[in-house]
Amino acid sequence: MKKQLIGLGVACLTATAALAPAVASAQEVKKGGTAIVHMISEQRILNPALRASTGVYNISGKIVEPLIDKSYDGYVPVLATEWSGSNDGLTITVKLRENIRWHDGEDFTCEDVSYTAIEMWKKLLNYSSALQANLESVDCPDPHTAVFNYSKPMPIDLFVAAMPDLGHPMPKHLYEGTDILNNPYNTAPVGTGPFKFVEYERGQYVMAEKNEDYWREGYPYLDRIVWRFIKDKSAAAAALEAGEVHESGFIGVSMADVVRLSEDDRFDVGTQGYENNVAHSTVEFNHRNPILADVKVRQAMYHGLDIDYAIDTIMRGFAAPGRGPVPQAGGANYTDDVTTYPYDVELAKEMLDEAGYPVKDDGFRFKLRHRPAPWGEYTQLWGEYFAQAMREIDIDVEILTNDAPGFLNGVYRDHDFDTANGWHQFRSDPAVSTTVWLRSGQAEGTPWTNQFGWKSEEMDQMIDDAASELDPETRAEMYHAIQRKAMEEVPVIFAIEHPFISVTSKKLMNHHNTPRWNSSSWYDLWLDE
Amino acid sequence: MKPTIPPMLIYALRRLLQAIPVIILIMVGTFLLLKLTPGDTVDALVGDMGGADAAFIARLRAEYGLDQPVWVQLWRYMVKLATFDLGQSFVYEQPVATVLLDRLGTTLLLMATSLSLAFSIGITLGAFAARRAYSLTDNLISTLGLIFYATPSFFLSLMMMLLFSVKLGWLPVGGIKTIAGFYTGWDHVLDVARHLVMPTAALSLIYLSFYLRLMRSSVMQVADQDFVRTARAKGAGETRLMVHHIMRNALLPAVTLFGLQFSTLLGGSVVVETIFTLPGLGQLAYQSVIQRDMNTLMGIIFLCSIIVILVNFLTDLLYARLDSRIELS
Repeated sequence: MKKQLIGLGVACLTATAALAPAVASAQEVKKGGTAIVHMISEQRILNPALRASTGVYNISGKIVEPLIDKSYDGYVPVLATEWSGSNDGLTITVKLRENIRWHDGEDFTCEDVSYTAIEMWKKLLNYSSALQANLESVDCPDPHTAVFNYSKPMPIDLFVAAMPDLGHPMPKHLYEGTDILNNPYNTAPVGTGPFKFVEYERGQYVMAEKNEDYWREGYPYLDRIVWRFIKDKSAAAAALEAGEVHESGFIGVSMADVVRLSEDDRFDVGTQGYENNVAHSTVEFNHRNPILADVKVRQAMYHGLDIDYAIDTIMRGFAAPGRGPVPQAGGANYTDDVTTYPYDVELAKEMLDEAGYPVKDDGFRFKLRHRPAPWGEYTQLWGEYFAQAMREIDIDVEILTNDAPGFLNGVYRDHDFDTANGWHQFRSDPAVSTTVWLRSGQAEGTPWTNQFGWKSEEMDQMIDDAASELDPETRAEMYHAIQRKAMEEVPVIFAIEHPFISVTSKKLMNHHNTPRWNSSSWYDLWLDE
Repeated sequence: MKPTIPPMLIYALRRLLQAIPVIILIMVGTFLLLKLTPGDTVDALVGDMGGADAAFIARLRAEYGLDQPVWVQLWRYMVKLATFDLGQSFVYEQPVATVLLDRLGTTLLLMATSLSLAFSIGITLGAFAARRAYSLTDNLISTLGLIFYATPSFFLSLMMMLLFSVKLGWLPVGGIKTIAGFYTGWDHVLDVARHLVMPTAALSLIYLSFYLRLMRSSVMQVADQDFVRTARAKGAGETRLMVHHIMRNALLPAVTLFGLQFSTLLGGSVVVETIFTLPGLGQLAYQSVIQRDMNTLMGIIFLCSIIVILVNFLTDLLYARLDSRIELS
């Protein structure tokens, strides 16, 4: 059984493009019905142009559409129909779809794109404000052409890769002249998508209904989508089994239930549909600690981790070993031609001896204070495994448990830790979020950035050069070099890469047919009841 | 003739005045305690979002007034509270009062139903067991009580869910109403009632054992006293003896417990509300801690301290009614 799961996990990881989308069989499409989706945590803001987070896209993705989306065959036009960049990389021209109306009946034009790009993407949207830092203006030569002007070259590949997550236009007429952050439409979004927002009952659910006026002829199939907030993972599994919920994504039930439900023929269980939401389980070092500042020590610790064992037991096989900051889903920017650290306790001990940290009278070489991130079951287990594995090579690890604010504060603001573990999500392109883990000079207290005190001028230069390189091939080589350097110097251990796991009722048809399915618009989803 | 104020009113007014410094002390104390926890609401928010840049974080912190020294924050909060303004919830982006009132109904309904059920069934079973002390009936009742007492509420809830929702399909797994059911009138009431069956049962079964044990020992104790023997000698029937002489006296400790448990309104229902996804105060309190939603949390504590004081007052009144030797002074 376990072997079979490993096979499934790895197949889904490696065969992203080759995997055919779950095609509806010859069966006739049934229209109507309500799809009910489990959400583990509540989202208060549902405006994807203000909050870049899969939790937000999960709901808002059905209501608000991006310019460009990603399919298994590459990037596909949504509100944009074509795009091109100038040779100097300073302007990007995007053609917009015509005859599109917002849910309130107003026309969608370049004015909306221009307004959102300058007022939200550049100023307010997390990750995007760094990405669009050099965006100077967005011109509208005609209502359906948007011209993005940059002060420094913006690679078109990077722009396109960022758009599915960071490229949602919002209606200018509802935001202009208001306090954007406190605008009531942030929790009752108006978009152009296949579903219209109906109501948000706090602590209970969000509901959206069919947009009769949707631009894709004959879509959507469903009448309604309901997202139910169920905090307790066991209760969520019970809701799936009782048929009250059709899908639970992002590992919303416990790993034991994932395995149990994968044997139940009423459900599809797997990692397909998350190729664009790959995350790394990491080990982070505080380089302010002189022991951990020694590269030899970090390498030895890497040798002390049995990654395959962790994948088998903690992730139940739904994962693969990490190879630096770029995961396999990074496509051309990924390489596995890097230094690796096979599990070898004796070698690890030898290296620690050589580094000048022999075993002392108390039986340990040194002591570390470790903070595991509270992002659910497997992160905690991975933290506990790390502590155990380190004890095998005579390093004493004390685990400090926190809730989310405590963890973020302790690691990223107060730097009160020696080692930490959590996960780090890859967002389509290494420049969007990956390099912030390795580049020095990140503003103090910013979570999920290099707050570890690691500084390498060479790495900083490599990151800056790659971010503004326009030629895709050269760019890919530059990211390979970054990956190789990260694996040699191990500033952070990107130990395991894993997509998320969904449990889906087989009554749902056309599910998980795009690489960021939970975030996508579900216009072709239907219910066989 | 001087207008006479009823002593009840004087008593009530005095209790009210005594309550004010208590509430102020509670609020200041909790505010400072909460400030000691690592991380604030912005950390929690950013954590939910999966990261943000430094300028974004600083702007949020300034917007929520979290960049000010603690004593400034405390002063601002207390000044607002003096006008019964509970402030804005950082998480729900709504006034705290609105959020609380939305949730209060569910929790009150859940707690009132479970506690009344637990109280009435518990004391009946307890009295019944005591009258047949050490018989098979008594052993059976006491053992059942012990089992429910020892069962953690989350386990009991999940087992009920497994049986009645997953296996039998009789009752909904969670929530307060059928979403997209669009019921109105009596259908809506019935729908809500169906959703409350399991959570109420889970909560009352756990509370029930307290009343059962307490009532059993209390009745046994009272039944041995001289006045009962006198009453019996004077020819009082068993029923009159039980209802009039024994129960009335044996009820006092159970009423005390009822008052105490009603005050733990929140604590008691956190687990059950979370598992059954009921939008109540217990779940809200738990979420507010996790998300460091200070204003909401303080609002809940404010509301609860008022409820506790009110319930204590009512318990005292009930005491005086049950035992005429007790005077309100």
